[in-house]
Amino acid sequence: MTDLNKTAADAVQDAPRNPAPAGDPFLSVRDLRVHFDTDDGLVRSVDGVSFDLHKGRTLGIVGESGSGKSVTSLAIMGLHRSKRAGITGEIRLDGEDLIAAGPDRVRQLRGRELAMIFQDPLTAMHPYYTVGQQIVEAYRVHHPQASKKQARARAVEMLDRVGIPQPDRRVDDYPHQFSGGMRQRAMIAMALVNDPSLLIADEPTTALDVTVQAQILDLIRDLQAEFGSAVIIITHDLGVVAELADDILVMYGGKCIERGPAETLFDAPEHPYTWGLLGSMPRLDRELQERLVPVKGTPPSLINVPSGCAFHPRCPYADLTGGRSSSELPVLTEAAPGHHAACHLPVAERHRIFAEEIAPRL
Amino acid sequence: MFAYIIRRIFAAVVLLLVVSAVTFAIFFLLPRFAGETTDQLAAQYIGKNPSPEAIAAVKSNLGLDQPLYTQYWNFLKALVSGAEYKFGPEPATCHVPCFGYSFKNHLEVWPEMTSRIPVTISLAIGAAVLWLVSGVTTGVISALKPRSIFDRLSMGVALAGVSLPVFFTGALLLTLFSYEWPILDNLEYVDFTDDPLMWARNLILPWVSLAFLYSALYARLTRAGMLETMSEDYIRTARAKGLAERKVVVKHGLRSALTPIITIFGMDLGLLLGGALITEQVFSLKGVGQFAVQAISDNDLPKILGVTLLAAFFIVVCNLVVDLLYALVDPRVRLS
Amino acid sequence: MTDTQATEAAAIPSSTPADVREPLLKVTGLTRHFPIKGGLLRRQTGAVRAVDGIDFTVNAGETLGVVGESGCGKSTMGRLVTRLDEPTGGKIEFEGTDITHLGVGAMRPLRRDIQMIFQDPYSSLNPRHTVGTIVGAPFKLQDAVPEGGLKKAVQDLLELCGLSPEHYNRYPHEFSGGQRQRIGIARALALRPKMIVADEPVSALDVSIQAQVVNLLDDLQRELGLTYLIIAHDLSVVRHVSDRVAVMYLGKVVEIADRDSLYSGPMHPYTNALMSAVPVPDPRRRQQGGRERILLKGDVPSPINPPSGCRFRTRCWKAQDVCAAQEPPLATLKTGHQVACHFPERSEGNE
Repeated sequence: MTDLNKTAADAVQDAPRNPAPAGDPFLSVRDLRVHFDTDDGLVRSVDGVSFDLHKGRTLGIVGESGSGKSVTSLAIMGLHRSKRAGITGEIRLDGEDLIAAGPDRVRQLRGRELAMIFQDPLTAMHPYYTVGQQIVEAYRVHHPQASKKQARARAVEMLDRVGIPQPDRRVDDYPHQFSGGMRQRAMIAMALVNDPSLLIADEPTTALDVTVQAQILDLIRDLQAEFGSAVIIITHDLGVVAELADDILVMYGGKCIERGPAETLFDAPEHPYTWGLLGSMPRLDRELQERLVPVKGTPPSLINVPSGCAFHPRCPYADLTGGRSSSELPVLTEAAPGHHAACHLPVAERHRIFAEEIAPRL
Repeated sequence: MFAYIIRRIFAAVVLLLVVSAVTFAIFFLLPRFAGETTDQLAAQYIGKNPSPEAIAAVKSNLGLDQPLYTQYWNFLKALVSGAEYKFGPEPATCHVPCFGYSFKNHLEVWPEMTSRIPVTISLAIGAAVLWLVSGVTTGVISALKPRSIFDRLSMGVALAGVSLPVFFTGALLLTLFSYEWPILDNLEYVDFTDDPLMWARNLILPWVSLAFLYSALYARLTRAGMLETMSEDYIRTARAKGLAERKVVVKHGLRSALTPIITIFGMDLGLLLGGALITEQVFSLKGVGQFAVQAISDNDLPKILGVTLLAAFFIVVCNLVVDLLYALVDPRVRLS
Repeated sequence: MTDTQATEAAAIPSSTPADVREPLLKVTGLTRHFPIKGGLLRRQTGAVRAVDGIDFTVNAGETLGVVGESGCGKSTMGRLVTRLDEPTGGKIEFEGTDITHLGVGAMRPLRRDIQMIFQDPYSSLNPRHTVGTIVGAPFKLQDAVPEGGLKKAVQDLLELCGLSPEHYNRYPHEFSGGQRQRIGIARALALRPKMIVADEPVSALDVSIQAQVVNLLDDLQRELGLTYLIIAHDLSVVRHVSDRVAVMYLGKVVEIADRDSLYSGPMHPYTNALMSAVPVPDPRRRQQGGRERILLKGDVPSPINPPSGCRFRTRCWKAQDVCAAQEPPLATLKTGHQVACHFPERSEGNE
């Protein structure tokens, strides 16, 4: 099975699947910072993240718990309401800065231009309202002129589109009467009911079983092809991003430490943390390794982020930077076309280490 | 759902039977443990210095010489089909539901007790409306702006409300509004059907003092429930749809936050309908509570038994209604 | 005791056929039905057939991985085997002793030998107890006084599990998820058990931490000669840790085989679908058409009223009439490879 895949993969290697489009990006995030003032100190959940996303493309944001990936998505949606959250930087949606715009303006865009699906569809839907009522509500907020009948017809249509059998009957069911996979389909129907231009999926399949996960990922892919919207998929699972994303952004300790097209990021990852992630996960598509290679230590506390490169206490190559890794903040620099990494190791050195030590293990 | 209702009603009846058996046992056994003989019990139905013959006659008429379970059975039988008593010169018919005759004034317990119910219901319902509205509103506003001045102030007042007993606040209100500034004097219960305005005017002080205690509790409960609900995932979903914040709070937050309040409200209301002892005492309202206090201080066993069963009945019914309401509100309960 | 066991385990060549070795745990026809009550009189109207007649063995020193999706009964099975739950039927033998219906008192000595590790490192440790108390609790429960004193024994355990002996007086909230899972493992190891049942031991952990715990489990097995029964939903983790793997669907074992045999040539259609559904961290794979993937239709049927015959037939693309009429038995089709299917894949063994 493994060999078969490799040859097939080699055959298409030269044909980039989805070439990077030209023109202005639909979503442009610049130096986004989200800091929370807590009793224990200032938590720098997101600390200077920038990226662009074009319509029709999918960005995968990968990171472990506390890396700031979900906080980033909630900032784009304008869902950080606490007065203790300080948000700075720029989030431009089709040219309009959402951070500078008032909360009312962002609310108008939310659900219409920007939509989101969440990790656990059971808790993300209101237990007291039927699935149909919740979709109808989402539709009528932004289509106040639509009658209840039209809105209901639209809800049935959307449920049908996301693959709920007998949608005209199931529309009156409550969320707890749906299975996990169907609930997530219903969430997707609710998010897409207003044809949003940007869909953010925060761990959309983490609470689901593998076979259901495959169905949902397939659905998201199909819907994107159909509606041509921009998609951000946030996950800890490298397998899931590899399924969906055109570009990938790896976050660690609130910062973006690597960013690039999916193929190059998986083929030639630049950052030692990305190496660590790839090396520590058992893979079904490879020969069985005798031993996994874990990343030592634990993810950093966001109150006391390590100085310099946040990853340096866990990095096996920190010694090779002449002490810079613990004293100096690495900046994102282009290592290959469109592929950026924030690491003090010289590019040539990184490539050597990857070729000699990392690649043979992956 | 139908089976559920039937089952619940059946359980309620069984529960009432158990309560009646327990109270019956307690109130008829206790005097004997205290050394009172059946002769002394029977003597309470006759005038002063009764003759031994008269006592013996009453005793056998009342069945006091029979074993306890027979007495309980007769008590139950009287409840559903009435009874005839002969302790005076003429036989007295005790109508259904027969709770017997008072030891003290020799009147039938049931009609006397039921005449008190409108007062207690007026007091309880009026206060309940007041405390629900004020408590829930305060709680919601506090929860939406936690740590704000309103929150701290209202929670401070709430703490005072929970800690201050009705006999203090009630007496204070009476002193202020009835004696110091006689805006509301001559407080006498007037039936709602006779004069609704006077009914409300004369009940306003008891309502306020009773509601103050409860609204404080409800404000704190609502605040806690609301804070918890507003951090639920589905609230985030509602916001992500672009709903106006007011709609998020009312339609998505409040409905869930209020569900547990229904349970507590049912219990509180049930308890109050069985008599708001202190409030009725403070404002001299002739309600079920005062009836109970009187019965206890008179050691009037038939009355005590009657009022205990009435109180238990109200609590059981309120809880039944609450559970059915719960099923109505929460589809997860209804459909499983 | 441990040393001899370890050498024994090491001495057994891994190529020995499974049936030659004496099984440490033998499960036959294990069943657990949760009654459903309904109607006016709350009589039993049905049952959730969570575990519905499964057979397997676990040999000393090996790891049996159990995979399946939520609701397949794998966690219930784990609770039955550790006797945290009472089986409705069947038989559980541990070292030849029937433990199926042992009471709490009679189970007590066996609790030393069978320990459990739980999924959630946050809720399975009492937040009010120090690490020393938590890890030392099994000694106290069993009235066992370890050599060199309790504190020494606990500190040794902590060290064994990659924690520092200085952590003795700390509280669980001071640790990260991975460290808490190590504390849970140290507690399970306190009485030198023979077998550990681990229910989703790494699924609540971050990817980079998962590997640490997987490696720790590996090391401990080698050092202490432990036998593992590892229940997990993640097929890649199970492949990594197991010697043999059982696949469960709706309360039944549908396929059980040596690891390599199962992963290189799964025979049950469900196993095939499960494996093809696992997303692979290789963006090129989806470009090459990616559609070798088998997408299962619909949802798992209810365990209250499972389909007749083969339970997978309602979602199986190979189902025929016989699948509804007759339940396929778990049959050995290859050495060390049993499948319950009327139309198994690769049955000629041409892999």
